[in-house]
Amino acid sequence: MAKYLLLKHYRGSPEAVNDVPMDQWTPEEIEDHVQFMRDFATRLKGTGEYVDGQALSPEGTFVRYDGEGRPPVTDGPFAETKDLIAGWMVIDVDTYERALALAGELSAAPGAGGKPIHEWLEVRPFLSAPPTVTE
Amino acid sequence: MLDELLLREMTPAVIGVLVHRGVDFTTAEDAVQEALIQAALTWPERQPADPKGWMVTVAWRKFLDTHRSEASRREREQRVAVEPPPGPTETADDTLALFFLCAHPSLTPASAVALTLRAVGGLTTRQIAQAYLVPEETMAQRISRAKRTVGDVRFEEPGDPATVRRVLYLVFNEGYTGDVDMAAEAIRLARQLASMTDDEEASGLLALMLLHHARRPARTRRDGSLVPLAEQDRSRWNTSLIAEGVAVLQTALGRDRLGEFQAQAAIAALHADARRAEETDWVQIVSWYDELLRLTESPIVQLNRAIAIGEADGAVAGLAALATVDPGLPRHTAASAYLHEKAGDLLTAARLYADAAWSAPNLAERHHLTRQAARVSQALRG
Repeated sequence: MAKYLLLKHYRGSPEAVNDVPMDQWTPEEIEDHVQFMRDFATRLKGTGEYVDGQALSPEGTFVRYDGEGRPPVTDGPFAETKDLIAGWMVIDVDTYERALALAGELSAAPGAGGKPIHEWLEVRPFLSAPPTVTE
Repeated sequence: MLDELLLREMTPAVIGVLVHRGVDFTTAEDAVQEALIQAALTWPERQPADPKGWMVTVAWRKFLDTHRSEASRREREQRVAVEPPPGPTETADDTLALFFLCAHPSLTPASAVALTLRAVGGLTTRQIAQAYLVPEETMAQRISRAKRTVGDVRFEEPGDPATVRRVLYLVFNEGYTGDVDMAAEAIRLARQLASMTDDEEASGLLALMLLHHARRPARTRRDGSLVPLAEQDRSRWNTSLIAEGVAVLQTALGRDRLGEFQAQAAIAALHADARRAEETDWVQIVSWYDELLRLTESPIVQLNRAIAIGEADGAVAGLAALATVDPGLPRHTAASAYLHEKAGDLLTAARLYADAAWSAPNLAERHHLTRQAARVSQALRG
């Protein structure tokens, strides 16, 4: 088993096939999309492959250390930042092929006109624990 | 104190008792799991005088409770026997039958691992979920799906020891450590398997585990970073585990039916035999890799063999052997970096170590390789 992160971007991924901003969908289309995501997670819980799923607000702040005894410096949000993560799902599956297949299904979530969005999702393997037997 | 090991050890036998009373495996396993959870709650207060009798009674009661409520939902008038029917209670083969069932070829490796740890290992779903870093609900579903998959398999159906060995090897090699030490658990189960079967490879697997487990105290620094075999403080190796592993291996090898686990254990035994890294008998290790390659034709074995040749016959010979190995293999770049450094080509070695760190499959190896890259780069700068 190996864990993979399925990463969804607000910005920074190649353009989706059905690339209509969500605020221009009908309320029913939004409802169908949300239901699809919920059903997908429920199904993966049922197959014993679900680990975690979260959505992120697009508003974020950059923070850094500013020296001993000083409060951290904050900056942003930067509208021009290229990459903006929207959310993720973590899965625990038997093979890399299975991870790709599931990402493909997730990318078919319905969007405008009830048609699949075909959005690009990023699949990233987790770094695992080192195996015991190496030689 | 709760004697958790005692509880775990009796788990397969208690499932066996219920199965012999006519309960199907899926239901029996659930009932025993509930009894385990109840024992964990009540035994710390007062451990029963007859722990196994207690487990059988409680598991049986759990089964009746479930059965009653289900039955009453279906047909209220149908009576369920309250007293256990007479007949055989358990046989020595129950545990082996459970091993086979839980490693049934119809299961995926991850399902077989989870089911084995629960039904044979007597771990709770929560403990297994912690060990594999997934939510308890996910692990519960994985286990119940696995049970559905083997639902129609006859309990006594003869199985294949090879599938059980693979499952136990996975538990040993890829288990994280949460509440329960998965390596120790794998050794406990492998010991059981080896004692129940007339199978040299089960002994080979047990020996392999013991020999690797013996090095564990020297394998990581306090901060969790990896110590490569050549740099390990060998005085910290567990000599009694090594002695046991060597003895188990010698008995198995004496029967002259070599298999991959015996060959791997033989390599581990040769490492264990060297008091200092420089005393390692690499020539013999290469010949065991030759055997292993003949048995498995595995590209990973080819890779490890190339490294061993580098030690036995020099870096140039090692690099020549490595040239015939698929460069896409994990750790190929790391092996190449090591052999280039050994051959004196520091410039290439530094670059390859950095590349290898970038593509390392786990954090501990990445840190190790990054340090190697930094060390060689520093040497280059003089």
